[in-house]
Amino acid sequence: MKHATFFWFVLPSAFLMLLFIALPVVSVVTQSLYTSHEQVLVTVENCGPFGCTPVTSIDQEATQALQADKPLGKWAGLDIYKDRNHLAFSEVASAWVRADGLPDFGKNLMNLPFYKAMAFTLTYTFVVTPLTIILGFFIAVAVNSVAKALKGPTIFLTLLPFIVTPLVGSLILFWMVDARGILGAGLQWLTNNPDLSVKASTPLMWIMLMVYGIWHAAPFAFVVFYAGLQTVNSESLEAAMIDGANRWERIRYVVIPHLFPLVTFVALIQLMDNFRVFEPIVSFSAQAHATSLSYAIFNDLGGETRLLSSAAATSVLTIIGIAILLSPVLIRTYRDFSKPS
Amino acid sequence: MANKATAQPLSVKFLATSFLMFWLVLAAFPFIWTLWGSFKVEGDFFSKANWANALFGGLTQAETGGSFTGDGYYGAFVEEEFWRATLNSFIVCFFVVTISLTCGTLGGYALSRSTNRYAFWFLLFALIFRAMPPITLVSGYLLPFFEYNLWGRLSTTIIVLVAINQPFTLWMLHAFFKNIPKDLDESAMVDGCTRFQAFRHVIIPVMWPGVITTGLFSFLLAYNDFAVTSMLLSKDNQTMVPKLASFLGTTQTKGNVMFAVAAVVSITAPLFVMVMVFQRQIVSGLTAGAVKG
Repeated sequence: MKHATFFWFVLPSAFLMLLFIALPVVSVVTQSLYTSHEQVLVTVENCGPFGCTPVTSIDQEATQALQADKPLGKWAGLDIYKDRNHLAFSEVASAWVRADGLPDFGKNLMNLPFYKAMAFTLTYTFVVTPLTIILGFFIAVAVNSVAKALKGPTIFLTLLPFIVTPLVGSLILFWMVDARGILGAGLQWLTNNPDLSVKASTPLMWIMLMVYGIWHAAPFAFVVFYAGLQTVNSESLEAAMIDGANRWERIRYVVIPHLFPLVTFVALIQLMDNFRVFEPIVSFSAQAHATSLSYAIFNDLGGETRLLSSAAATSVLTIIGIAILLSPVLIRTYRDFSKPS
Repeated sequence: MANKATAQPLSVKFLATSFLMFWLVLAAFPFIWTLWGSFKVEGDFFSKANWANALFGGLTQAETGGSFTGDGYYGAFVEEEFWRATLNSFIVCFFVVTISLTCGTLGGYALSRSTNRYAFWFLLFALIFRAMPPITLVSGYLLPFFEYNLWGRLSTTIIVLVAINQPFTLWMLHAFFKNIPKDLDESAMVDGCTRFQAFRHVIIPVMWPGVITTGLFSFLLAYNDFAVTSMLLSKDNQTMVPKLASFLGTTQTKGNVMFAVAAVVSITAPLFVMVMVFQRQIVSGLTAGAVKG
């Protein structure tokens, strides 16, 4: 294809991505280096019948003028990254000095917002991803063995948790585990503890969020593995049987190696998606017990005072995290492209 | 299926079937429970006192006189103006899908036909963009959008969603176009067509299965989005998902959880229909990247 033709064909896409993805990244990085203006204070002599007293007040006009003049705020360098809400170097250092052993240090770290969000995000990512793959695999094997007429409806029902809006899906689950809901009441009955409440307990909240994550993503893993199972070579299976392999050995040595490339594919997509966990925390109102990096950004941006710089700094740290997670995919894609085909 | 290697003994079959039953209940029951409960009053939806109320609607009967009530829907759609959000959602989805597919087919086609190195770098950058959580970009949008008075409008949100959609759309359509033989458009060009004419008269008639599948996923992304729509839309322009989130803030305290339940059912219903009609395309779309790549 000629260079000029290629250029005109990709122009709309390239323009959109440049303007709304690449530029915002630059703008986020810039924003994270600035901090909002301090309010302009003026001191005036307030003279009454009993003499004059100096009164300090905010000069609204001057503050607004400054804001309009330099909307980015004032230069802060890396200060925002170092403050208590982000990497919190000084707090970490003092916690390290004061800490009474590693568990105590960890506990102190969990009081710092960024590390708390990071801890949940990473735990979520690395617990949900493998369990999703395992559950998806078993569903695929089970669906593969049902009668042909039943496959359509089974696949339909299985897809539902994945297709439904994440905010909605997690909300439904949240209502069910509410102390008055069907699962919550069931749990209370099972444990014989009428005060048991998922909302009030941090460990239960973490477990619920992860259960939701697995429930939501398992259908995706299922579909990929199911498609993979359709292409398993039945001759190799027969050959393995003639060689005396039993059922489990046939799955272990024929089916699983066949599906292995798919496992890496699902794992990489899931790592990317789980790292941005966000909606379930909103609908579970779990922020007191668990926050994620995405939620921290959302929280900074919402509300009356939009903490743009703080959100921007967290965004930059999140992008760095994604880049680290993604590096194996990029290397793999690069290798695939480079090898002669 | 009649061969010996894939035949299953009864015990395995039983195990597989019961596991599948268990999973299907897990997957579908929450939706059935919510749909059923949405026609009840709150006391029955959360039926702590007596679980039979959830089934037969004892309190609903006591409060409204019938076993079913549409109060939740009335409250949500009429009192809280959820209909406006529904309309906005469909406007946003329609334009996002059309614009992303228009840009995406052109770009995806070019990427699938170009053998130059920059085409690969283009795709690699698209992959990096695909991995970025949308919320990280939102913090970059806010200041410029406030500055140029673009914040809060449906059109801004549509363009932003199209852009966020683009990397995924490009990758998917690129894969589909790769499967359309090169000879097809090249022979048209030998006959004297320009590249664009070849695309217009030869490729467009055969590209629809791939475009429909990609369109479904664009629709899902726009319809399900919460991060972008909740941050970039003003209160009047909210689509369904951020509107639902705003119910959680205000109405849970008022005791009108049922508004939110009705909204949840209304958001889910179109998705149900979509999966029912397009199940085959969704499955093929989900596996497109995996099985071939």
